[in-house]
Amino acid sequence: MTRALKLAALVLVLAASSAGAQYAIPEIPFDAVDPIKLPDNIYLGEAVGVATNSKGNIFVYTRTGTPFSTLGTRRTFSRGGGARLFEFDPSGKYIREIGQGLYGFLFAHTVRIDRQDNIWVVDEGSSMIIKFDPDGRVVMTMGRKPEAISVPGGAGGGGEEGGGGGGRGRGAGAAGPPQPQGTGVPGDNFNRPTDVAWDAQGNIYVADGYGNSRIAKFDRNGKYIKSWGSRGSAPGQFNVPHTMAIDAQGLVYIGDRQNNRIQVFDGDGNFKTQFVNVGAPSAICITPGPRQFLYASNSNPSTTMDNGEIYKMSLDGKILGKFGTAGKLLKEFGSVHEMDCRSENELYVGEITNWRVQRLTLKPR
Amino acid sequence: MKRFIGFSLALASVILAVPTSAQQVPPRATAFATAPDIPFESVPNFLTMPPNLYLGEGIGVARNSKGHIYIFTRSGDTRLFEFDQNGKFAREIGQGLYGFAMAHGVRVDAQDNIWTVDEGTNMVVKFSPEGRVLMTMGRRPEAIEGVEPTPGVASGGGEPYRFNRPTDVTWDPAGNIFVSDGYFNSRVVKYDKNGRFVKSIGIRGTEPYQFNTPHSITADANGNIYVADRNNRRIQVFDSNLVLRAIYDHVGSPWAVCISPGPHQYLFSSNSNPDNNNSLLSAVAGEIYKMELDGTVIGKFGKPGKQLGEFSTVHAIDCRNPDELIVVEITAWRAQKIRLKPLTPSSTK
Repeated sequence: MTRALKLAALVLVLAASSAGAQYAIPEIPFDAVDPIKLPDNIYLGEAVGVATNSKGNIFVYTRTGTPFSTLGTRRTFSRGGGARLFEFDPSGKYIREIGQGLYGFLFAHTVRIDRQDNIWVVDEGSSMIIKFDPDGRVVMTMGRKPEAISVPGGAGGGGEEGGGGGGRGRGAGAAGPPQPQGTGVPGDNFNRPTDVAWDAQGNIYVADGYGNSRIAKFDRNGKYIKSWGSRGSAPGQFNVPHTMAIDAQGLVYIGDRQNNRIQVFDGDGNFKTQFVNVGAPSAICITPGPRQFLYASNSNPSTTMDNGEIYKMSLDGKILGKFGTAGKLLKEFGSVHEMDCRSENELYVGEITNWRVQRLTLKPR
Repeated sequence: MKRFIGFSLALASVILAVPTSAQQVPPRATAFATAPDIPFESVPNFLTMPPNLYLGEGIGVARNSKGHIYIFTRSGDTRLFEFDQNGKFAREIGQGLYGFAMAHGVRVDAQDNIWTVDEGTNMVVKFSPEGRVLMTMGRRPEAIEGVEPTPGVASGGGEPYRFNRPTDVTWDPAGNIFVSDGYFNSRVVKYDKNGRFVKSIGIRGTEPYQFNTPHSITADANGNIYVADRNNRRIQVFDSNLVLRAIYDHVGSPWAVCISPGPHQYLFSSNSNPDNNNSLLSAVAGEIYKMELDGTVIGKFGKPGKQLGEFSTVHAIDCRNPDELIVVEITAWRAQKIRLKPLTPSSTK
């Protein structure tokens, strides 16, 4: 190959791999406010989870404080305290904390609200999904928090049970050798799960997650049905299925973050299509109503201020517009980790590095 | 020889278990013999704590424009306390904050915003005067990923938006932010006022532009940046573009530096006795120097010890009032208000 040809090929590859570079994407004008008003003695940490219920109340699941733990000679017993769940009214006024000191609150990942206004929390540290009723009482748990969580290199954290190439002994718990990373065991033994969603029948789908690379499906009562996926980059494989949403037809959209794509499946896990032109989707959401839209955030990694834009798409993957960029000011995004789009033009975003929730008002031309 | 001394000092201050016989006792700071002694007193019991509240190691101290005092302490948790201008406890800020794990510094900017530097979470957090978080810099390592690998000997450098045991923060008059980062990255990083990376200088070493624990940082009214390069026993002075302007190597090992405001600014630098309670090393350190900005020594005060008016590893100095300093000490778990008195002929050697 001549140098010119190589160069041309390189340019083609670059053009194909950079998000949305092929054609001009309209910028959607928007405004942003930080609506959250907290009591003096309460602070948000990383605002990794945000969701609204049917009344417009805002729920924020945050990584804050330091998990309480008991140091043993060989194991460290975490007692929770590393994550907190707060509820605010639609104006952002603080209402209450839910689940303070809960056994499963260790390292927040997402919060979602279902059609009945139940509150679902996904905790990456305890590897649990916890369903609260609208009153804030636990009505269902999925997965089990490991009895002890090793702290690599930390006091009492050595002696990784069974070893296994950096396996954390999580998920497998005391049940024997660690599972090969990528598939998980059948059932609701999660390994750093990331998100939860439901179809119209109430079936539960869990994105699972950092440790396992699969989507697990359960019926409305939490009974295991099936799971699909493994670690990889082929269709149907995942490299950190990080965020998930389900449309009114029951199609399952997975933000396959480290593969820089959104994969779409039917409710049985059959691969339908993928969208590869929106960067690394850290957070996706789908609006309700007769005409649904898909939002996807190409969030900046916490170590850079690259990217950060959010795309608005139709459900077939056509990009309708984009807005936002990485940064620390209002209207800028610090590693958006979850989005709520209950209303098409009024979004909530929770940011990792800015410890903040913003309410975005989109003003499409 | 000089390098070896610096190295052994570094070991002494980081590793407590080194046998005494393996240590070299450094010489006195070169300015020590000729610097006049500034008379001073320590105001007894100037802080009033509630009965159920205690300071741990006194790590950071700063006053705002109203004279309120902020103390950042390594307690059961790392905590940030505010006291009024009379030393009466006012409130706690940031209790349980995600950015608090192991205190290293607190500073107050020209708008009375409060900035904390935490070497446990690797974060710099900006609070409004009301105590709400306005901006965060760096990111706490994810607990679930485990402890981030920290190299045994750091080569320095580092990424634009990630710190590794940062130590201090300061600003130039334009509001640009300078972070000394720190124990492992051995660099100084400049950001614009909105937290966007501008540039970074420094790797681990002893040459100019290199650092061996940039431990404290402060700025003068012209935007010059003074970096306490502690284990190299020198202060490196840069302009606000981080171009080296001067090196002061005559005042010992600068643990804490501070520049007073006003038309005539002074530079204070503490040649603190080490925090390892080594009596041989303490015997040749412990004094604080008062200097002109060009490094000319005006005088010195203080010596190691546990009594009032003695210093137990000063870790930070507030000099908003150059005649009334507040110092916090690691090993004595306290803050002292130090009133400096005019130099008298008899105190000049």
